[in-house]
Amino acid sequence: MKTLLLGAVAYDPKTVTIWEGFRRWLRARDCDLDFVLYAHYERQAEDLLAGRIDVAWHSPLAWVRSRRLADADGTALTAVTMRDTDRDLTTAVVVRADSPLTSVTDLAGRTVAVGAVDSPQATLLPLSLLRSAGLEPDTDVKVLRHDTGVGLHGDHIGGERDAAIALRDGRADAACMTDSNLLLFRQEGTLPAAATRVLAHTDRYDHCVMAAGPSADPAALDHLTGLLLDMSYADAEARPLLDLEGLTRWLPGRTDRYDALEKAVDEAGFYDRRGGVSVRGYRP
Amino acid sequence: MSAAIDLESLTLDNGGHLLVRRALGTLRPGERLTVRGAHPELPLQLGAWARSRGHRVDHEAPAPTDGRPVTVLVKGAAEELRWSGARRAGRADRADPHADPRWGLAARGALVEEGGPALDVAWVDRDLVWADVAPTLYARAAASQWDPATAVDWAVPDALPTDIEDAVVQVMTYLVENEQAALMIPARMLANLHPHYREVMQLLASQVADEARHVEVFTRRALLHRERPGTSGAGGRASLQTLLGEPDFTLASFLLSVLGEGTFVDLLGFLHHHAPDPVTAGITRLAARDEARHVAFGVAHTAHVTRSDPAFLGRLRQAVERRHDALRDTAGLNQEVYDSLVLLAAGSWEPAAIRRGWDAVQELQRQMDDGRRRRLHAIGFPDDESAELSALHTRNFM
Repeated sequence: MKTLLLGAVAYDPKTVTIWEGFRRWLRARDCDLDFVLYAHYERQAEDLLAGRIDVAWHSPLAWVRSRRLADADGTALTAVTMRDTDRDLTTAVVVRADSPLTSVTDLAGRTVAVGAVDSPQATLLPLSLLRSAGLEPDTDVKVLRHDTGVGLHGDHIGGERDAAIALRDGRADAACMTDSNLLLFRQEGTLPAAATRVLAHTDRYDHCVMAAGPSADPAALDHLTGLLLDMSYADAEARPLLDLEGLTRWLPGRTDRYDALEKAVDEAGFYDRRGGVSVRGYRP
Repeated sequence: MSAAIDLESLTLDNGGHLLVRRALGTLRPGERLTVRGAHPELPLQLGAWARSRGHRVDHEAPAPTDGRPVTVLVKGAAEELRWSGARRAGRADRADPHADPRWGLAARGALVEEGGPALDVAWVDRDLVWADVAPTLYARAAASQWDPATAVDWAVPDALPTDIEDAVVQVMTYLVENEQAALMIPARMLANLHPHYREVMQLLASQVADEARHVEVFTRRALLHRERPGTSGAGGRASLQTLLGEPDFTLASFLLSVLGEGTFVDLLGFLHHHAPDPVTAGITRLAARDEARHVAFGVAHTAHVTRSDPAFLGRLRQAVERRHDALRDTAGLNQEVYDSLVLLAAGSWEPAAIRRGWDAVQELQRQMDDGRRRRLHAIGFPDDESAELSALHTRNFM
């Protein structure tokens, strides 16, 4: 069976442990996987379509871009698998508990802290939520961006944590973060207990997905997909890898929950329809 | 089956997840838990929390009727799967014949999750490290710990005659280097011992602590009236080095405790008897008491091994012969130390006193030999072989 070359973004040193571990586990089951690590998602999205890699462990924003590149190219892209934890996320717009704000429209004229420019969950989606309430970012509200790990599509938690701190310290009237990071920041004390409340939240959306490009050998891809879907949390060799990557099981990839992000990307002019990077000042 | 709980005003950032987790624990994967609560953010929190733990929210569940937030969780299998391969680390009430390195540092009898690094230790078989008396000896050791600051009256006594003080300083210097070896050897044994054999681990740890105190009090006595300790002979250090080089648990225990520390108990008794000052008398008495426990374990453990494997006596014999051969061309006991023992027993340089001192040290060596022969006999050597092996013991005593 042919080798599959997978791309993943090195957002943290643990990505080496994770993908070396998955590779070892897969190769022991006759799945010849190799991997390369990228410094950011844009080159990974381009290389997937160019056939330099067969499979990409993609952020939701990278999926949107690859899909647009594939459409423009007339080629197909397959959503192979995703983590159980990639399904049904929401992003909360959080204010201080004693804030007078009661609805999204109350944010007019206020400062909203967000994550990095390319974070789907902490910037693009919540700013789209504001737009749907009639507030144009940088015009009707001041956007306080936290550009930690630009190019990592928000994988680095630092941007969201800095946004939470800006809210806590009074430098912003609201901050945007995923439901899970909001819970984390409260449990770890970054946001003091009972000091904040959720003003609004987005609809549910999906996060990362493993995407296969035009160069992936179909039989090898089927074998990889089957093995990942069979990977069990009871497997003591696989479990530490699953824990590191933050899932308890792999689920089939689904692509019908990226509409909100497609819309947010268009509103922000982040990518054009053909998948070109069109946002200004983005330097991954 | 399904279940329901009401978190009232609790949220998941102030402990509510403990109640959710407890309620889910009563369900099987796929079963449902209805969670009610007063806080409006509860559904958002439950969604995030459940997702990260492999549960899911049933978004199709009927809306609440009482206006309070309600979330229906569908239990995932992650928790059951995590523990599906778990095994107990033996039984809590007894030491297993073999300790699995995969139990790692888990408490004896604990339920051990499969996976994680195996413990990298050599001693994983009970009969290679055990003695039935170990729990009793540990309890005795724990009850007998003493504080060097208060167990000894360190008020500086009147100075001894210069030569007598010199002899005390030299003997203390010798004791310190021996105690340092006696500290490092059980520390090494500890580092290679599976902690499943908890009582042996505890006993060795107390032995290390004992030796640390001995190093302290002998050092303190050496420097009570002097700025510097005495001399350290190359032969003595070579003798101790052969103990440090012994990798086998039982052979190390045999050479150190049965032969070395056993001999030292007699030496400490001699020093206590002939001590020229109360500090020397006090610290040698306290140290001898500790050393006797170490000897008791060494004898009991070595006897335990030779009872289950009489052929091991041959390896013990080889160990003594090997050490003797290694030390054949060394000086053994530092001459300064030997002379100091004579002078301490003599009490003065008077010829008649020196004769008494000389005789006392000769008698000490006979006592040491008798003791070694008794212990060798206790672990299974016939009398003639005990005498032969005792005679091969290092001239450095330890």
